[in-house]
Amino acid sequence: MSYISHTKNQEQEMLKAIGLKSKEELFKDIKPELRAKSFNLPEGLSEFEVLTHVNNLAAKNQAQLVNFIGAGFYDHFIPAAVDALASRPEFYTAYTPYQPECSQGWLQAIYEYQTVICQVTDMEAANASMYDGGTALFEATMMALRVTGRNKIIMDSGINMIYRTMMYTYTSNLNIEFIETEVVHGQSNRDEIFKYLDDKTAAVIVQNPNFFGAVDDYSDIVEKAHSLGVLAIMSVYPVSLGMLKTPGEMGADIVTGEGQSLGIPLSFGGPYLGFLATSKKLVRKMPGRIVGATTDKDAKRGFVLTLQAREQHIRREKATSNICSNESLCALRALIYLCLLGKKGLVDLAKLNYDKAEYAKSLLDKIIGVEVKRSSPTFNEFTVCLPKNADEVVNSMYKKGFACGVPLGRFYKDMDNYLLISITEKRTKADIENLAKALEEVLCS
Amino acid sequence: MQLIFEKSIPERCGVKLPKSDIPAAKSLSAKYLRKVSASLPEVSELDAVRHFTNLSKMNFSIDTNFYPLGSCTMKYNPKFTEKAAATDSFIGLHPLWPQLLKDDYLAQGALEVLYETEKQLCEITGMNAFTMQPLAGAHGELTGAMLMAAYHKAKGDRRKYIIIPDSSHGTNPASAALAGYEVIVIPTDSNGYMNLEEFKKHLNKDVAGVMLTCPNTLGLFNPHIKEISDAAHKVGALMYYDGANLNAIMGKCRPADVGFDIVHLNLHKTFATPHGGGGPGAGPVGVMDDLVEFLPISVVAKDKQGKFYLNYNKPKSIGYIAPFYGNFGVILKTYVYILALGKEGLVAASEAAVLAANYIRVSLKDDYNLPYDKICMHECVFSASKQKEKNGIMALDIAKYLIDSGIHPPTIYFPLIVKEAMMIEPTESESKETLDSFIELMKSIAKLAIDNPQELKDAPKKMPVKRLNETKAARELNLRWQ
Repeated sequence: MSYISHTKNQEQEMLKAIGLKSKEELFKDIKPELRAKSFNLPEGLSEFEVLTHVNNLAAKNQAQLVNFIGAGFYDHFIPAAVDALASRPEFYTAYTPYQPECSQGWLQAIYEYQTVICQVTDMEAANASMYDGGTALFEATMMALRVTGRNKIIMDSGINMIYRTMMYTYTSNLNIEFIETEVVHGQSNRDEIFKYLDDKTAAVIVQNPNFFGAVDDYSDIVEKAHSLGVLAIMSVYPVSLGMLKTPGEMGADIVTGEGQSLGIPLSFGGPYLGFLATSKKLVRKMPGRIVGATTDKDAKRGFVLTLQAREQHIRREKATSNICSNESLCALRALIYLCLLGKKGLVDLAKLNYDKAEYAKSLLDKIIGVEVKRSSPTFNEFTVCLPKNADEVVNSMYKKGFACGVPLGRFYKDMDNYLLISITEKRTKADIENLAKALEEVLCS
Repeated sequence: MQLIFEKSIPERCGVKLPKSDIPAAKSLSAKYLRKVSASLPEVSELDAVRHFTNLSKMNFSIDTNFYPLGSCTMKYNPKFTEKAAATDSFIGLHPLWPQLLKDDYLAQGALEVLYETEKQLCEITGMNAFTMQPLAGAHGELTGAMLMAAYHKAKGDRRKYIIIPDSSHGTNPASAALAGYEVIVIPTDSNGYMNLEEFKKHLNKDVAGVMLTCPNTLGLFNPHIKEISDAAHKVGALMYYDGANLNAIMGKCRPADVGFDIVHLNLHKTFATPHGGGGPGAGPVGVMDDLVEFLPISVVAKDKQGKFYLNYNKPKSIGYIAPFYGNFGVILKTYVYILALGKEGLVAASEAAVLAANYIRVSLKDDYNLPYDKICMHECVFSASKQKEKNGIMALDIAKYLIDSGIHPPTIYFPLIVKEAMMIEPTESESKETLDSFIELMKSIAKLAIDNPQELKDAPKKMPVKRLNETKAARELNLRWQ
C-alpha cells in the first residue's frame, strides 16, 4: 500500500514531459557511490494486518489496573465531543496557519485558546503552545534571562523532578547558575529562597501544587522577588485552578504548565501540551507562536500570526526560541475541553477532585502504620508514609489490580517508604474504598 | 464568525460531571483559594460542537485541498494510522506504567512499538541508534546540537561554531544557538549548492559540526555531499542531517552512507502523521556508534528473554529531553505507516514525489523564473521575479489568488536566497489530474499578471476574510478576548 494514484500510463506521460525515460534518471545526482547500502525493510502489510498487529501489541500492556498514578500527568475524564471535534480532518490535516485567509478556523481557535489559558491562570497573554510542561518551563526560564539580563536562577525542589532534570539538560551548554532550594515538610523553604534572592537573580521558579501535591500561596515569595527585580515563574496544574489561588493573583510574571489534564489522553507520555502565559509588559519577549486579532480591508475582524519577528524563520540564530512545530491540536483539545466545562464546570471538577482526595486521605489514615502527610494542604494528590518499602507495596498492590501510587524512593533519598497517590474524578467511592481495603490487607500480611 | 465567548450564556454547561459519591470535604483556608472563577465560556455541547465544526470549515487541509506547501511534505495521512493510535490500551496508558514495578514492565506493547520504530528508522537512515524523545523537528535539531557538544566535550574539545548554509531552515541556526554555538553561514553557489570553497575556508578545528538539509531547501541533492562530509570529518567536525526533506530519497540514499553522524527525522512530514494545524510532530534523532552513549535517557532495550525494558544507566547521556519517551501517539502512527508501506511502498513514495515535483518544474518553467533549472528532488523553487518586475505582481499576490481557487499556496519567500520564492512540494499523494489543474491555474495566473494584475492584487475575495492588516496586529496587540 503506498497511497499513490499515478497509473503506469500517467507515469510515462509525466516522464515524457520531463524528457526522461525512467524514474531512475530522476535520481542521477545520487551517484552510485552515494546510493543506499541497504534498505532491508519487510514487505508492506494490508491495513487489516497492521491493525490486528496493533491490537495484539496493545493487549500486552497491563492497562486494566485501577489507576492512582499522577505525578504531573493525570487520568481525567475526556468528554466524547473533544475527540469528535479534534478528529475533524479540517483541523488535524492542516498545517501551521501561515496563510491567514484560508486558516481562519485555526487562527480563531488559537486566539480562543490563548484567551482560556489567560482566564484559567489569571494572566494577560498566552502563546499558541509549547511541546510540554517541561519545555515550557525551560522556555520561561530563558525568557526571564532575556528580560532581566541576569543569569542566576533559583529553583524550588518541589518542582516536578522530571522538569528539573530537563532544565539541567537543556541549560548544560549555557552559562546559567542554578540554585535548587529544599522542600521542608512538603513546602518551599522561604528562609532559603530569601537568602539566595538578590539583584543578580533572574527568576525564582516554584510549582503549585508541588510535586508532593502540596498547595501553597507564593505571594510572599513573589513580593520579595519583585523588590529585587527578579521575575517569578510558576508551573501550575490547570485543573487545580478551578479552586486554587491563581498565579495571577499571586503576582507571577510567567506561568507555565502541562496541559495534558485538559482533555488530552495520557497516551504513554505524549503528545502533550505546554502552556505559557505572561503579562502584557513581557509579551514581546515571549517565545513561540502568537495569534492576534486584526481587521481585513473591509474592517472585518480576522486573525493572524503576529510578532513573527521574534521567531526563528525570521530572526534565525537571534530568535527568542527555536520552536517551529508546536502542539496546536492538543491546544485545540484543551480549548474544547474548557469550553465544555465552562465557568462552573471547572469549579465543580476541581471540587470533585479535592473532595475525593480528602475522602481517600481519611480512609488511608485509618490504616494502622500508614501516615498521610498533612503538614501542607493538598489538592488531588498527596503523600503517604508506609510502614514498609513502597516499592514492595506497589508490587503487592499490582497483584491485587491497583496501580496504587508512585514510590518516591526512586526520586528522593530517605523516601523509600513514601508513596505519591493521585485521585481524579474518575475514581469512584468504591475504587477508593477498595484501594484502602487492599492496602490494609497488603500491610497486614 | 463570533467568538465562543460571545456565544456564552450564564449557567450553561456542555458536560455532565460524575455525581459526587463522597462527602464534601472541609474547604481549604481562604488564602489558598481563587477569589473569582475563571470566566470561561458557558455553552451547551451543541453550541460547542457547532462552533468548532464551523471553525474547522474555515481551514484548508489535506483532506479538503491540494496543499503543495514546500518543505512541509503535506502528503495524505491515511485514516488507519489514526485508528491505530486511538487503541484504548495505548491511548489511556500512563507514562509511568513501565516504571512502577522494579522487576517487570507493565507496558510491553508500548515499549515494543518504540523499540521496533527505532529499528525501522535505523534501517531507513543507516544510523546505529535513535532516540525517539524529541517532540518536533526543531526539538530534534536542538537534541542533535547538544549531542555534538557532549561528544566534543568528552574529548576535552570545546568547539565554538556550527556551519550552516544560507539556504537552511531558520530552526537550524536557532537550535545551534540554543545549544551554545555560534553560527557560520555559508553562501549558496550558482548551482544551488553550498559554496564548497567558502565552506572549506571556514572549516577548522573550532567547528563542532555542519548542519545540512539534503536535498536542500532548493530541492537539490548535492552531488558533492561525500566530499563535504570527508572534509568535515578530517577536522573532527560532525555532520548533522536535517531530515525535513527525507521524503525525496527513501531507499535511494541513506544519510549514514554518505557520512552523516547525526540525523533528525520529521515523522509528521516523511511518515504521514498529520500536522495538526502546526503540531504535534515528532523529531527522533539517530546517531552513529560514536555518539550512542550520549543519547537522552531513557533508552528502550530488549533482554535475553525478549522482554523490553527502559535503560536509565547511561552515565554519559545528555539527560532528559522530553518528560518520557517522546510523542508516543505520533510515533505509533509512523510505525504502522512504515509497516503498511513496507520497503517497496517507501521507495515508490519517494519516486512519485520526485516525479511530481519535476513534472511541475518543467510544466511551469516557461511561465515563471526557475533560478536553478535542473532536475530537482521532491520540491522545486520558482520565483515570481519576472511578474514582479514587469507587472508588479509578487509571490504574495499569486498565493492569495491560489487561495481563492481552492489551492493552498506554496511556501513563499523561502528559501531566503531566492527573491519572490515560491517553493512547491506536491508530494506523492496527488494525482496527475490534480497536478495538471494546478499547472493550468498557475499558467492562467501568469497570464492574468499581464492582462489584469489588479485581479491578483484584490485576491482573495471568496474567503471568510480579505487580506488582513498584519502591521495593525503587531502594533495594536490584541491577543485575547476581553
